[in-house]
Order: sequence, then structure tokens, then C-alpha cells
Amino acid sequence: MQWETLFLRSQFDLMTSNQKYLSPQTSYRNFLSLLLLYPHLKAQGCFVFKPDFKRKKVSFPIADYFNEGKSLSEDSKLRFDTCQLLWQQMKSEAEELQEELNKNLFDNLIEFLGKSHLEFQKKSTNWNYQIKSREIPTAAIVLGVNVTDHDLTFKGLTEMLKDTVTPYVVSLQAKECPDVKHLLQKLASQLMGCVDIESTEEEYVQSSQRKMHYSMAFLSTWYRSITKKTGSESVNKKVTSSQWKESPPIVIILEDIESFSTKVLQDFIIISSQHLHELPIVLVFGIATSPIIIHRLLPQAVSSLCIELLQSLSCKEHLAKLLDKLLLTTRFPFKLNEKALQVLTNIFLYHDFSVQNFIKGLQLAVLEHFYSQPLSILCCDLPEAKRRIYSLSEDQCESIRRLPSFMRYVEKQIPEKQVALLTHERFLKEETLRFLEELHIYHENFFLVLRCFHAFVSSLPKYPLGRQIRELYCACLEKNIWESQEYEPILQLLRMLAKDELIAVLQKCVEVFKSSPGKQLGSMAEKLQEFLAQFQSLDETESNEEENGSGSQQKGFQKTDLYHLQKSLLEMKELRSSNKKQTKFEVHRDRVVDLIDNLVRKFLSPPDTQTLYEVVYFTGAHMLREHLNAAPRIALHTALNNPYHYLKNQALKSEDDSIPNVAPDICIAYKLHLECSRLINLVDWSEAFATVVTAAEETDPNSTASEEIKEIIHARFIRAVSELELLGFIKPTKQKTDHVARLTWGGC
Amino acid sequence: MLPLENVVLCRESQVSTLMALFGERHHFSFPSIFIYGHTASGKTYVMETLLKTSELPHVIVNCVECFTSRILLEHILNQLNCLNSSKDECTSYIACDSFNDFVRLFKKVTQDQGVDDQTVYIVLDKAEYLREMEANLLPAFLRLQELTNRNVTVIFLSQIVWEKFRPNTGCFEPFIMYFPDYSIGHLQKILSHDHPPEYSADFYAAYINILLGVFYTVCRDLKELRHLAALNFSKYCEPVVKGEANERDTRKLWRNIEPHLKKAMHTVYLREISSSQWEKLQHDDTEMGQLKGLSAHAHVELPYYSKFILIAAYLASYNPTRTDKRFFLKHHGKIKKASLMKKPEKTSNHLLGPKPFPLDRLLAILYSIVDSRVAPTANIFSQITSLVKLQLLTLVGHDDQLDGPKYKCTVSLDFVRAIARTVNFDIIKYLYDFL
Ligand SMILES: Nc1ncnc2c1ncn2[C@@H]1O[C@H](COP(=O)(O)OP(=O)(O)OP(=O)(O)O)[C@@H](O)[C@H]1O
Ligand SMILES: [Mg+2]
Repeated sequence: MQWETLFLRSQFDLMTSNQKYLSPQTSYRNFLSLLLLYPHLKAQGCFVFKPDFKRKKVSFPIADYFNEGKSLSEDSKLRFDTCQLLWQQMKSEAEELQEELNKNLFDNLIEFLGKSHLEFQKKSTNWNYQIKSREIPTAAIVLGVNVTDHDLTFKGLTEMLKDTVTPYVVSLQAKECPDVKHLLQKLASQLMGCVDIESTEEEYVQSSQRKMHYSMAFLSTWYRSITKKTGSESVNKKVTSSQWKESPPIVIILEDIESFSTKVLQDFIIISSQHLHELPIVLVFGIATSPIIIHRLLPQAVSSLCIELLQSLSCKEHLAKLLDKLLLTTRFPFKLNEKALQVLTNIFLYHDFSVQNFIKGLQLAVLEHFYSQPLSILCCDLPEAKRRIYSLSEDQCESIRRLPSFMRYVEKQIPEKQVALLTHERFLKEETLRFLEELHIYHENFFLVLRCFHAFVSSLPKYPLGRQIRELYCACLEKNIWESQEYEPILQLLRMLAKDELIAVLQKCVEVFKSSPGKQLGSMAEKLQEFLAQFQSLDETESNEEENGSGSQQKGFQKTDLYHLQKSLLEMKELRSSNKKQTKFEVHRDRVVDLIDNLVRKFLSPPDTQTLYEVVYFTGAHMLREHLNAAPRIALHTALNNPYHYLKNQALKSEDDSIPNVAPDICIAYKLHLECSRLINLVDWSEAFATVVTAAEETDPNSTASEEIKEIIHARFIRAVSELELLGFIKPTKQKTDHVARLTWGGC
Repeated sequence: MLPLENVVLCRESQVSTLMALFGERHHFSFPSIFIYGHTASGKTYVMETLLKTSELPHVIVNCVECFTSRILLEHILNQLNCLNSSKDECTSYIACDSFNDFVRLFKKVTQDQGVDDQTVYIVLDKAEYLREMEANLLPAFLRLQELTNRNVTVIFLSQIVWEKFRPNTGCFEPFIMYFPDYSIGHLQKILSHDHPPEYSADFYAAYINILLGVFYTVCRDLKELRHLAALNFSKYCEPVVKGEANERDTRKLWRNIEPHLKKAMHTVYLREISSSQWEKLQHDDTEMGQLKGLSAHAHVELPYYSKFILIAAYLASYNPTRTDKRFFLKHHGKIKKASLMKKPEKTSNHLLGPKPFPLDRLLAILYSIVDSRVAPTANIFSQITSLVKLQLLTLVGHDDQLDGPKYKCTVSLDFVRAIARTVNFDIIKYLYDFL
């Protein structure tokens, strides 16, 4: 069973780690190591799988995994459904966000398409147009290095274009276009597929199927006939805009421009520009790095392009918005604890910048939470949870009682109540409901205050708690934020905010509080507005008084370094104590800061102070790291050095570092080779191998049968060595006869 | 149709040679003619207009478009087949698999079209692409007359000299003709020729004169110059249109246009900004301010570890391996350092370009320059592959990919310095060249 879960998870690993860019050596090696261990697995009869991924998905109901090894089978289905439902909602939210964020880019692109090929439409005869060399309109979209996310963007782009502009949208990837022939073939087949008018297809299919070589000339005849035929009707019913009715442009998207070869691109552009008067081609380049790459790739052909740059949203901003929508909200009950969130954001920031991978990581967290936490059954919206609480089984009540946060709570109660909580099921359920409600309110307040506090903190120089709300959120999840060493200086800095800044921040906060009318903080908006009004009224009365006060100094320290900052802080203190009399503005400002301080202390306590927080918080950071940031070399080493770790065969278990002789041959050979230096003597190695293998078998060394056994062992040794060579641990060397070279570090 | 002299300028001698070669319609002409010259020296244009105005039966095929010999052959045959009818009328499609078929079909088609009694001209434009097709194609075209036993002349147009074509097995030698580059006077004459109908020829010629004054030193490509002329003409006319100057006010017009053209040289000419953007700028009369050229967007944002991998790759590419100990080992010997001191005659590694390095060296340097501990996870490896994909690194030597892949770092010093600055890493300190 272990292996199946493991396999399912490793499949997940593959899904999440961006397959396309997984280094060939690593993935291939990983696969090899699995393959090499495979016979041993089969021999044990614990691991049977068909390497048919598609079939597997269908034949294994994933829900079954939820009750694996657990006695509470009746709720596993429910948990699985809850999980699915929740994830569905989160996913569609993420997709909506993506769409919204792409809108700007898409609008720009449509505008660009509108401008291009105007002359083509009008069949212009004006002088300028005749003399100017024909350039192919080209939109260069800078998408950022998060290549895994591009697929989705292009998919959206293609759909959008097909809906609004032209049926002729083709996207090409470098790997499909090793030469111009393939490129044109791909182009033609996609283009022909674009129109679903049978008659036209037939005509061309006759001649083309036989040839299978599409030339640009062929495409332009095709285009002429298809636009002529459908000219009056309109090529595509979906396309509404009149501008493109007569001659819809042919949009060719080159998704990964960096990977195209210069020759292919150059030739393609020459050919296209030759046919530009017949085919209104528009190119779209997907650029991952920087637009300079166009000049590097196309030193000459660039002169027949009319390039316009379009910028897509940066992935960091995308992530921020995503977190805002999925985690910093009470819409979804599911939350990540500090460590888990760190793991996911670290993978994003340190490794791939991929929002899609982040989403997949989040999905894994959701899945794992519902899988491993039996009480996750209550991780749903409040009314539903209420219903479920009353049907909780005895076992489930017991697991509530075992929750650390619950036990902490019980300890603080008077003895009678303790007894009731631990024995009285009904009472427990009532209390549980109360806790969940409190948790919900806690979150409501938490996020409001968090945003408000972020508005203040992010106005400070040097961003003491991070620029992004995500960083502040992590800090608050970790511990009491007011106990962190940055907190006091922050308050001091806030007490020195200039008036206009303070007003701006307050306005932001008012927005925050207005946006969601929480129960306890409902009046906050008004309170802050009152402050705002006071500040504004100060304007008239005290403007000159302030000038010579502290106000003038504010601007000075905004941009200086930390050292100067502290110095000016000290000066300010002195200044304040020297002329005790504060201005009215300062009095109000202090009150605002006190208010914020109070809010933070009251509402921003970390979630683990809340009873039953385990129900909604996912805490398996370790598991996330293991699966999303796989270490192939380490896994390979573990598999070979300690086969028990994967095979779970008792016979393989060894306390000390010795090698059990029943271990797979490759493991024995590997272990022995670890003790060798850079060059390994094959004879010594072989002898050591034979010794280990025959250690247990007490055979008479002189018997005739042993000759045969020896030969078998020798063969096994040779096989193990060649497997190690295949895995890249050793390689043959010419330096010394009968030696192989080690390729890994370590040893002596 | 206009007489030839009025449309083809400055190519009198070439045209007369060609005419002499062609002779009368029914005369046999030279079997193959090879014409070469730089880009925009009028090869295609002269050939096309010559054949058209004299109404000779001909086909012109651009070899770039014909990436297989089959397309090329079919293209020729089908165009021949439509000689007398307009494009849409021709429906039957001739298929042709081999040169043998081609010879047979060629004879048939010329007969069908009734041109077997006069010279048929086949023009193969961008003939340099022929060299990448089947080896027998070029020799066969050179002797097409002999093979088909028909009156046919094949004309090759190329930017490359004949010597680069000649197969080492020898072949029939074509008649070779060179189209020399246009002189500034020629350019002036040709460019002034197509003036806009609204303005006088003299006015436009004065404009072209200024244009050539600015651009002739950097660009002699007729097509490019014509493009630039069209782009900037409206700016030249501006004072006239506004009534601030009259058409003969050359000084005033010059003062107006010259700085503008200078700016164009740094922007549109280099394709830093596109022609449509340039026209829009002119139209709105705004400053370049907010519009940045392509190279202004040089910055690439990378994940944290990718930055270090790139830095490590740069160090591995430009530092000699033996210096790694000195840079990356905490306790390297003092004596070693002295021996490594810069020798005066040493050539800069930056002049020699990046050197390949094995994966393990990259990882070793990476581990020593990243301050936190990095596990060799799949994510690190996949980042290396991604960097290769993005062309910031390249993989060299494809044979041993599994055991010892080798890479080169392709980014510039400026680029890597900008990257290093964002992670507070002083890369100059680690480069042997700057010791
Ligand atoms: N002698 C000429 N008289 C008038 N116009 C000319 C003349 N020579 C060239 N041109 C103009 O310059 C343009 C470019 O010339 P053409 O395309 O023939 O160059 P080419 O030698 O074929 O270049 P390439 O080698 O790049 O194909 C033509 O479209 C034509 O308008
Ligand atoms: Mg040409």
C-alpha cells in the first residue's frame, strides 16, 4: 500500500514540478532508479502498477485513498467531497483572477491588431504606403521567466482572439518547428482546422494530403478563396466587430521565441513578408527574458518587422493578488500555517516564479489537509459545519479532545467544566460550535486589522516588516507581532508621520474597514473618519504653528539610511521632551497610533492561540517541502544506501551500517563503492561483493557447485556495476587498467 | 507599359548585356546565367521588369519559399502552366516527384502552352538556398537546356559569388554577371525617381539629398533608404504645409529635418522603436520621453537561486579552473595567491569569451557563493535547464548529456553585474580578470 501512495504522490510531484523544464538528467535518472528497483518490488508482491497514466487515473477512485488505513471510513467520503468542493471554488476564483489580470494585456493586443493591416483592408494606393517597405506587424509580449504560466496565458489569448477578432489563430512552439518545413506544415494544418466549412477543406485536402508539404503560396491561395467565399457572409459568426469581417488577420503566436533557431525564424519571416500583400499576417512573440532577444535572434530579419512591446503583469504582483483572493479572506475556510506558507512562497521566490506551481502546491496542501486531518470535516462554511457538528461520531469527538489547542483550553477551565468537556458529548459539541464561530470572527477581524496595519507599515521607510502584505502576514502567523523587535521602532516611526502621509494612510484604512462590515470593527470606519476630519480641520487653524515644529523635519529623514534614522529618532525624542507642549496635531497623531497599537494587540494574535485552529490550518510544511522540492540525488542515495526506506522489507532492516546480503545487488555494489577512493579496482570490488553476498550461505568452498555459484555471483556483480554506470555513479577510465572512476563526491 | 529606360535606372550596361544575351525570341540563349550582387542592387527588380516589359515567357521562383526540391519543381511547372491564363482560371495541379519527371513534364507543359518555339526563362531568386537542397539540383538546372532539349534559360539570382556554389565534382559553368553596388549618385537618382505626386520632383530630390547626407555613411541599402525616406517625408513637408516656408526655402527645411533624421538614425533605423511608433510620434509631435526603445527593457527578473546559478555560471565560464580554490576555498594558502598574481602578459578571459564548464563545477561554485545551504533539489536542476531554455546558458557538447553535461554562460558582464547587484554580490571581486 505504501508504494501506491508513494507512487500517487510521486505522480503528483511530477505534475507539480514543471515537467517541461525538469532537467533531463535528473528525471531520467530518477526514473531509472525506480526501474532498477522494480524487479525487487515485484518479487515482494507489494507493488504492481501499469505504467499507463491515463488509465490509472480512471481506474483508481482517488476518494478511496482517504480511508486507507483509517478506521473512520464513513466520513472519508464526506471529507473527500468537501475537499473537492472547496478546491473547486478556490480554483475558479484563481482562474477568474487570472482572467481579470490578463484583460489589460488582451485589450492592448486587440487595439494593436486593430491598427495593423489597415492598408490591407483598404487596399490603399497612397504614396507613403507604396514606398514604405512592408513590415509584418509584430506584438512582442514580455511574459517573464515563469515559463510554466505562459501556457495558460496563451490559451486564454487564443480563445479571446478567436472570439473577438479572427478565426485564424495559430500557436507554435519551438519544439514543433525544427525547420521551416515543419513550421509551415504546423501552421497550415492549424489554419485549415480553424475553419469548419467542409467544402473548402475538401478542395484543398485532395491536393494537400497527397503532398503534405504546404508552401506559403498554397496558403495564400487558400486564404484568397476562403475570404472570397465567405466575404459576404462573414467568416465566423462569433466575430462581431466589422473591421475584421472582410479580411480577418492571421495571427501567428510563437510561444517561446528564445527557443526558436535563428535560421527558422529568419526564413519564415522572409517568406511571410514576401506574401504580406496576400496574407495579413500578424506575429505575436512570447518573450520570457527581455525584448533584446529579438535583435539577438534576428539580426537581419528584424528590419521587416514592425514591433510593438506589450507587457504582461509581473508574476510577483500576480502572486500577491492571488494570496489576497485565496488566503487573506474568510471566503475559504482553509488556511496555511506560517511554515507551510513559507515553503510555498519560498519555492515561488527562490525557484520558479510560477504562479501555476504555487496553485498546485496549494492544492496539494488542501488535499493533504483533508487527507491527514480527520477533523477537517469541519473545515467548511459555518452553517454547514454546524450541521456536521451534531452528527459527529464518538471517535471524532475523541479526536477533538485530543487536539492540543483544545487540551490547552480545557486546562484553563474550572474542574466541573473540564469534566463536562471531556465526558459530556453534547456539551462538547456545543462548545465546538462556539469555537468555530469564534474562529470565524477571529479571522474576520484578523484580516481587516492586518490590512490596516499593513497600510501603516508600508508607508514607513525601509519597510521594516516587509513591503508586501504577505510578509507581514507571515510575521503575524508566526508569533505575537507586538513582541517582535521591529514593533517598537515601528510605533515610534509612526508617531512621526507627516500629516499628509498620515491622512493618506488613514484614508486607506477607512476603505478597508468600509469594504467589509465586521461585527466588532463596524464602528472603526467612523472612528477613523472622525480622526480624518479632525486632521483636515487642523489644516486651517494650525498650519503655521506646525511649520516650525516637527513637521518640517519629517521630509528630511524619509530617504536616509538606518543610522541617520535612529539618530533623528533620538533627536526627536529630545526635542519633544524639551518643549513639552505638543501641537494639536501631535496629540491626535499619538491617539491614532495608540489606536492602531491596541487593534494589533487585540486582533493580530497568531492563529495557534485559537482553540480548534487545527481544523482549518494546514501544518504539514515538511510534507509540502518533501513533495514539491524533491531532491533526486538524495532520494537516489537513500534508495541505494538504505533500501529498507523504500522496500519496507524486514530482512533489509539493519541497525548498524552493515549491508544485509539479501539487499538488491545494486545496493550492495553501491554501498561498497562508497568506501572506495576516486579510482575503484574492479577486482577488489568484485571480491568484496562476493564476500557480502555469500556471507550467510555457509557453503563448502571446494565443492563443484560453488564454481557455478561463483560464476552467477560474478555475473550479478557485472550487472550491478553496469547499472551503476547507467545511473552515472561510475564510468570507465583509461587511467588505470581494471579500474573505474567514481563520479560522485565523498569517500576518501 | 513604360519604356525600360524610364523604370530601370542606372543599370544600362547590365540591361544591354542581358538583352544581347537573350537575343531574338526564337534564338537559343545561354543555358544558364548567374547574377550576383549585394542586397537591393536591383537583381530581382531588373530581371522582373526586363522580362515583363519585353513580354518574354518566364517564371520567377523564390527559393526561400521552396524548402524542398519538390515544391520548387512543382512551383515552376504550375506557374508555366498558367502562363496564358490568369491565376484563378488554372485549376489542374501538376505534381512532380523527381527531376526526371520535371524534365518530362517541362517538355509537355511548354508544348501545351505553345512556347516551345521561343526561349523560356526560369528565374531562381535567392539561389543560395539551392545549395541546401539535393546535390543534383543545381547541376541539373545549369544544364536544363541540354537535358530537356528545349529552348530554355535558367537565371540564378544570388548575393553570394559563384565560387561558393560550384560543386567539387565540377559542373556546367554559367554565364556570370555582377551587379555592382549603387554609388551615392545612383542612389540619389533612383530614390528621387519615385516622388509623391503632390510635390515636385525637385523638392523631393532636395529632400533625398539631405537624407543621403545623414544616412549614406551608415546605410547604403536602397530598400532601407527608401523606407526611411517615406517615414520622414511628412516631417520634411511640415513647414510647407503649415505655411511657414515655401518649397524652395531649402535652408529652413534643412534646419527642420536634420535633427529629426539624426534622431531617426538612433531609433527607427536600429529598429529600437517600430516604424508605426515613429510615425505616431511624428504625428502627435510628442517627445520620445515615455516611449522607450527595445534595449531599454534589458532587465530580466529571475528567481533568487536562478540569479546565483547565473552568477556561478558566469564565474565558471570566465575564471580558469585552477583559480577556484583561491576564490571559493575559505583557507587557501597564502603562497598560492602570490603565484596567481596577475601576470602582465595574460590575455583577458573576457576577450576570449566564455569557456565551457561541467555541471559539477557550477554546483560547487553555487554552493560556495550562496550564503544559505542549498540542497541539490530537482528545482535547482530544473532552473539550470530553464536558463538554458532562456538562452542565458547554453549546453555544449551534446554527446555526453547524461554523465557530464557542459555549459557556457552567454550573458554579458553588464547583465550579470546588474543581476549580482540585486542580490548584493560583488561579482567583480570574484573575477580573475579584474584581480
Ligand atoms: N535600377 C533601379 N531602378 C529603379 N528601382 C530600383 C533599381 N534597383 C533597385 N530598385 C528598387 O530597389 C528595390 C530592391 O531591389 P531588388 O529587390 O531588386 O534587390 P535585390 O538585388 O533583388 O536584393 P536581394 O538580394 O535582397 O533580393 C526594388 O524593389 C526596386 O524598387
Ligand atoms: Mg531579390
